Amino acid sequence: MKFGVAQFPGSNCDQDAYFAVKDFLGLPVEYLWHQERDLKGADVVIVPGGFSFGDYLRCGAIARFAPVMEAIQEHAANGGLVVGICNGFQILCESHLLPGALIRNDGQKFVCKHVPLEVVNNTTQFTHLAKNGDILSIPVAHGEGKYVCDDETLTTLKENKQIILKYANDSNPNGSTDNIAGIMNAQGNVFGMMPHPERAVSDALGSSDGLVLLRSLLKSLA
Amino acid sequence: MPLVKISITLKPTLLDAQGRAVHGALTNLGYDNVEKVRIGRYVELNLSDAADIDAEVKEICDKLLANPVIEDYRYEVAQ
Repeated sequence: MKFGVAQFPGSNCDQDAYFAVKDFLGLPVEYLWHQERDLKGADVVIVPGGFSFGDYLRCGAIARFAPVMEAIQEHAANGGLVVGICNGFQILCESHLLPGALIRNDGQKFVCKHVPLEVVNNTTQFTHLAKNGDILSIPVAHGEGKYVCDDETLTTLKENKQIILKYANDSNPNGSTDNIAGIMNAQGNVFGMMPHPERAVSDALGSSDGLVLLRSLLKSLA
Repeated sequence: MPLVKISITLKPTLLDAQGRAVHGALTNLGYDNVEKVRIGRYVELNLSDAADIDAEVKEICDKLLANPVIEDYRYEVAQ
């Protein structure tokens, strides 16, 4: 069982994700350079946070066309697990692997703090070790994390239970539609979330609540 | 050589947080008659040839320059 962490020019959470997997899950992990199409046998691909290609044009718009993304799209089409975190979530939306888009926070400001997240669907390969209603303390760090989609898409997301994480207790830091913090695709193998579970893997970091999500991925592979 | 001038803006149904902030600043400056501000992106393309400009520009906008989920675009062609 192996993880891959994509790297684009401007990624800055790639190392956090790498060490979260290596040191806190104890599993093999490799970086996947954006210009390569080889996923190096990864079962789970993490598209990490940061500012790929300087956030030029739109967040994720240029990374979406990187060669590694072609391989990731193929991996996803074959049922492989893909997790996009923050900028990774933006890239997955731009790639149409996930519906909707992420735009500028309502408050205009870059928000960097721990927020409470409610698990609203625990019957997924990313959340099944948690319970519905569990509140996880996980940090956000983004300026463009307001999730938006049209009404039809929102209805579909709700009907299919594709919304997996919501900002809880009136903590919505960006004005996201329906307090959405994380969603998955209809097939249930591609996940995107704005908060950073890889930054919440040890009490030394202020919270270890991100581990339940990362460990869920393992159990689903086992 | 054709020059394509493209304007990209957030769809009207979406809150434009930047535009709202600028609107607030203009109101503070006393421009009470400004009712709304929308901020977008402006792109110029120089094309070396122009077999079917409309089709190509639309493709470029839909694929990369604009995100149809959240943005509208319009363009004009100057020779």
